[in-house]
Amino acid sequence: LPQAKYKERGTVLAEDQLAQMSKQLDMFRTNLEEFASKHKQEIRKNPEFRVQFQDMCATIGVDPLASGKGFWSEMLGVGDFYYELGVQIIEVCLALKHRNGGLITLEELHQQVLKGRGKFAQDVSQDDLLRAIKKLKVLGSGFGIIPVGGTFLIQSVPAELNMDHTVVLQLAEKKGFVTVSEIRSSLKWEPERAKQVLEHLLKEGMAWLDTQAPGEPQYWLPALFTELYSQEITPEEAKEAIP
Amino acid sequence: MDRFSWTTGLLELEETLVVQQRGVRLSDGEEKVKFDSGVLLLSTHRLIWRDQKNHECCIAVPLSQIVFIEEQAAGIGKSAKIVVHLHPASSNKEPGPFQSSKYSYIKLSFKEHGQIEFYRRLSEEITQRRWENMPTGQAMQVNKDPQAGRIRAVGIIGIERKLEEKRKETDKNISEAFEDLSKLMEKAKEMVELSKSIANKIKEKQGDITEDETIRFKSYLLSMGIANPVTRETYGSGTQYHMQLAKQLAGILQTPLEERGGIMSLTEVYCLVNRARGLELLSPEDLVNACKMLESLKLPLRLRIFDSGVMVIELQSHNEEEMVASALETVSEKGSLTADEFAKLVGMSVLLAKERLLLAEKMGHLCRDDSVEGLRFYPNLFLTQS
Repeated sequence: LPQAKYKERGTVLAEDQLAQMSKQLDMFRTNLEEFASKHKQEIRKNPEFRVQFQDMCATIGVDPLASGKGFWSEMLGVGDFYYELGVQIIEVCLALKHRNGGLITLEELHQQVLKGRGKFAQDVSQDDLLRAIKKLKVLGSGFGIIPVGGTFLIQSVPAELNMDHTVVLQLAEKKGFVTVSEIRSSLKWEPERAKQVLEHLLKEGMAWLDTQAPGEPQYWLPALFTELYSQEITPEEAKEAIP
Repeated sequence: MDRFSWTTGLLELEETLVVQQRGVRLSDGEEKVKFDSGVLLLSTHRLIWRDQKNHECCIAVPLSQIVFIEEQAAGIGKSAKIVVHLHPASSNKEPGPFQSSKYSYIKLSFKEHGQIEFYRRLSEEITQRRWENMPTGQAMQVNKDPQAGRIRAVGIIGIERKLEEKRKETDKNISEAFEDLSKLMEKAKEMVELSKSIANKIKEKQGDITEDETIRFKSYLLSMGIANPVTRETYGSGTQYHMQLAKQLAGILQTPLEERGGIMSLTEVYCLVNRARGLELLSPEDLVNACKMLESLKLPLRLRIFDSGVMVIELQSHNEEEMVASALETVSEKGSLTADEFAKLVGMSVLLAKERLLLAEKMGHLCRDDSVEGLRFYPNLFLTQS
């Protein structure tokens, strides 16, 4: 009997707290509405403010982009902004995949997305792109972010890129290409290991081989060709992008 | 240089200053002219140059006259330059310092640097063409009146004051927004703490919590964007919202799936659904969580995850293993195929084509030839011809 009483009490406690949470939730919703009425535009127009907003949410353990049904998304409109950006990112990556094997610099992605959005659309920053991409990872199609040099390479295919591959990509970032000798001298690897990594990148279409280079063969990364930057997406490529 | 007109330097009603730079020399094409040292101002509508020594001397050219611009890097003893190519002057242009010019371009020399930022801003203004949205009705005033000198000086000071006010205003707005944001986050933090405490209670009770309470709790977490402290998933499966969403998806995706051979990748679904919605878009997690419930809700679609991690939606009636049989036929006909080639032949996305070939390989029907030329699949003759 006493046990049943304790159990009952336990249920009541949880019920109380849930009721309390429900009330506080309503209050919070009102606070957020008020905030939105004053500052919604600020979030929409100011990329720095968006960064601060996201950072603060992360600090307290809240993900404003987790669901389109969340308060943040509904009232501040942050959801639609990032989810739509996600669609645009997917489209650009699909269109250019055959050129670069599914690797693209954040800069080029940014340029192409801006172009696709048109001149009257809301401006987006590189930070915005990174946050949208982090959300896309959960869809399972291989989206990933690889730090190289001072920037990032965005992966959009489910190719396995481990630490070895990543480190070689970082090495290649300086000049857009890399050689077996450079890998050996910078990373102190055995030639076999270097060759394996380079062959994997070749197979995935992320690297191209220049056997006619003076000295030894050079492995070029199309993702890093500056000449390819801002090259228009052709109509054929655009068709690839839309399922 | 014949595209320029005299001006007071006062900005018009809808015109705003974008950037300015001291120490700029103007050249008419390749020839030096008397405009040796001045302040170059970029507004939303015009490029304005004012002589640093003689403030009365002020000329401007509308941005709409610019065809394109080029950068010229600095050299030894030479400043960095911007070359501005211009349309021919219109016949009703206001009078300026030159009646004619044999050049269709001018050069801006940045003797005191500032070229990089100026070029960036000028490019932006030319691209954005803001002057088209903000027509200035007043005609440019002719600068011949000595009195105008005084007005013009006031004009420039006025511009600088406006800029300062604007900066202060922006700062004020930002700090107010930031303050409000901080207060809001404090309240949000309380919600997070409360949810943790409730989650602890749930753990303690070890299953004595009712299903109704669980559903309510999860929906609260959903609203706030708080990860489920109990399961660590972002609300895992089972909120009402995701159930409804799953049912909606079953309706929306039926036809597109049929049109695409019964199978679509989750990224394709994400794009398709969100493009159709236009507003109130789904987050990637919303989509995944809804799809995870398809099977348990006995809907005619299901979520499938391949070994590679690729996630797809299939019609229940779709049988990927059967498709593998037809894939084997196709590959045999052609001798061998890469994922790209197979995709083109069959009319599938490369992503899904590759998954099908990999599955066929897993089932033993195909063999791979993995070389630097790419991954190529052959019928597994070991199986058929042993």
